Amino acid sequence: MLGNGLAALGRNGTNIIMALGQSGLMLFNAIWALPNFSKNAPLVIKQLYVVGVQSLAIILVSGLFIGMVLGLQGYTILIGYGAENSLGPMVALSLLRELGPVVTALLFAGRAGSALTAEIGLMKATEQLSSMELMAVDPLRRVIAPRFWAGFISMPILALLFSSIGIIGGHLVGVEWLGVDVGNFWSVMQAAVDFQDDVLNGVIKSLVFAFVVTWIAVFRGYSCEPTSEGISKATTQTVVHASLVVLGMDFVLTSLMFGE
Amino acid sequence: MNNRKIEILVGGFICIGLAALLFLALSVANTSSVTNGETYRLYGKFDNIGGLKVRSPVKVGGVVVGRVTDISLDQESYLAVVSMDISGRYKGFPESSTLSILTAGLLGEQYLGLEPGFIMPGEDPESQILTDGDTIQDTKSALVLEELIGQFLFSQSSED
Amino acid sequence: MSADNIVELKKVTFSRGERVIYDAIDLHIPRGKVVAVMGPSGIGKTTLLRLIAGQIKPDQGSINFDGQIINKMSRPELYEARKKMSMLFQSGALFTEMNVFDNIAFPIREHFDLCPDVLQSMVLMKLNSVGLRGAAELMPSELSGGMARRAALARAIALDPQLIMYDEPFTGQDPISMGVLLKLIRQLNDALGLTSIIVSHDVSEVMSIADYAYILANKKIIGQGTPDKLFKSESPLIHQFLAGEDDGPVPFHYPAQPLEQQLKEIFD
Ligand SMILES: Nc1ncnc2c1ncn2[C@@H]1O[C@H](COP(=O)(O)OP(=O)(O)O)[C@@H](O)[C@H]1O
Ligand SMILES: [Mg+2]
Repeated sequence: MLGNGLAALGRNGTNIIMALGQSGLMLFNAIWALPNFSKNAPLVIKQLYVVGVQSLAIILVSGLFIGMVLGLQGYTILIGYGAENSLGPMVALSLLRELGPVVTALLFAGRAGSALTAEIGLMKATEQLSSMELMAVDPLRRVIAPRFWAGFISMPILALLFSSIGIIGGHLVGVEWLGVDVGNFWSVMQAAVDFQDDVLNGVIKSLVFAFVVTWIAVFRGYSCEPTSEGISKATTQTVVHASLVVLGMDFVLTSLMFGE
Repeated sequence: MNNRKIEILVGGFICIGLAALLFLALSVANTSSVTNGETYRLYGKFDNIGGLKVRSPVKVGGVVVGRVTDISLDQESYLAVVSMDISGRYKGFPESSTLSILTAGLLGEQYLGLEPGFIMPGEDPESQILTDGDTIQDTKSALVLEELIGQFLFSQSSED
Repeated sequence: MSADNIVELKKVTFSRGERVIYDAIDLHIPRGKVVAVMGPSGIGKTTLLRLIAGQIKPDQGSINFDGQIINKMSRPELYEARKKMSMLFQSGALFTEMNVFDNIAFPIREHFDLCPDVLQSMVLMKLNSVGLRGAAELMPSELSGGMARRAALARAIALDPQLIMYDEPFTGQDPISMGVLLKLIRQLNDALGLTSIIVSHDVSEVMSIADYAYILANKKIIGQGTPDKLFKSESPLIHQFLAGEDDGPVPFHYPAQPLEQQLKEIFD
């Protein structure tokens, strides 16, 4: 019993370390060399469209609703202390520090990450990656790198948009609907929110999340078993692993940035 | 979907991203620009700093003129030493100014209130002005709620 | 290495995990010829092509391509060598997100900076040689199986390689497109001065155009020679394979205990 448990632990441990090594090597090979700008820029732009622009709708709608819920919940809690004037900072800080980067990363993993994995996996299964290699074109540079950069660039932008529209959602509910004073809402918020501590730290968080989520997504696709079952497994793994890693790293980053 | 349209959409995407950053910087956050430019450093010693923190604002008449940059304990006097960066735009506070730890509202954040003093007539005005590295002598510590309540109860009982 | 051979394998051993796929085989591909490699499914024919392309490395032995040892090359050298060879995958492997024209143009665009006019005329020439000039604007999903394979063939010759490897080019093709492909392979080989390796188990078709053939079985090369010589061979193994007999030296039954005994055990 104990022996089996230990064996499983050892096996999982070596598997994880091997996956880390392989994925690190893959990423290194994909993005290390100096990019040929005129050739790669169009590829990155195309992927920015697929990964970023096409995720806009879900990010904006979710951001608006989450901001509205924050406004509503925050108001009912704060009014109990007669502190409804602090609604502005409550909404803004929760969004900028936590919800913006984290929820964006989770939605991104589900919307764009899974699509990246499935697309790359399918290219592998239909031998498109192999045939590229045989045309002396490195699929890491041609397929993986642009997708990685596009994910890395678009997620922070999406997180900024998420937070902005969330704050507007909080304003709609708090000010327009529940009657918090508009001047108080914005001025107390401005007094409490610091650009460096709150906005920039949020951006740093979402850069870190962008890195890991996109990395996981492209690696799962690139290393998946080239069968339909393998692709579906890899896609699920992308979403599960990326979400878990984001939540775990969020705790670490939060305690580094905001803990004392 | 042709390339041109994709390029335009991606350009738009990046632009609204920048717009969001601008919105957050200008309308949501205080960019703490007072301490971004040229600053000079002042010190103050307190018995008790209460809940004052690094980056707490320093205000004169409600206007933010600087920020707390460091809080440490003087090993000899056991007083708290607060360092603050004051914006170079606000110069010429007299040496007789008072520095107090105040609270925004009943439960709000604590900040440093700087109350400008006056300049003695007859003496050299230059030498009476706070400059980089000076320490403000006249300080009032934070009000600690428990102490206040204790004092209040004590005064009540002594009146009986 | 003789200069007449574009590819030479010497004592190549390769295994996947515990399982040995090739046990010290020697094989050479003469320049300018159409060479067939035949063998039952799962014997390692695709693996052989991947070995020659340097996608996988042998455990032992050397693989020589055009005077260089493929399995000793660094990554950049390997990519340089691959510009001289190309492979037609079993599935065609056209890039699904671009149309036929861009598929053919892909390797050219990646390696050369040509002005659009030159590029366009080059691509149209390649498409013309496989009879698909009219299909340039179609997407791969709009092509029939035979057309997709011809388009992939046009892409494979885009960089004017010296060696083309065909991995089972005839599977799933109707007799007409099979005939077209056969003719194309032979024509391209002679017109462009290529060397072709065809991996297949469609014996009669491949043998009709091949100059030389290898038969693989049991981790070894069991027969080689010109088609005439092979058809006349006395070896029962070769005979069974070429005639497609279901039982012989390569047994129909997967190794098992005798049927009567197993049935008896069930009913006892
Ligand atoms: N990536 C792989 N990992 C492990 N085994 C493989 C892999 N690819 C092929 N094989 C095994 O190697 C053997 C030879 O495969 P292959 O060269 O594709 O055969 P063929 O093309 O002759 O049908 C098969 O038994 C297959 O199961
Ligand atoms: Mg095969």
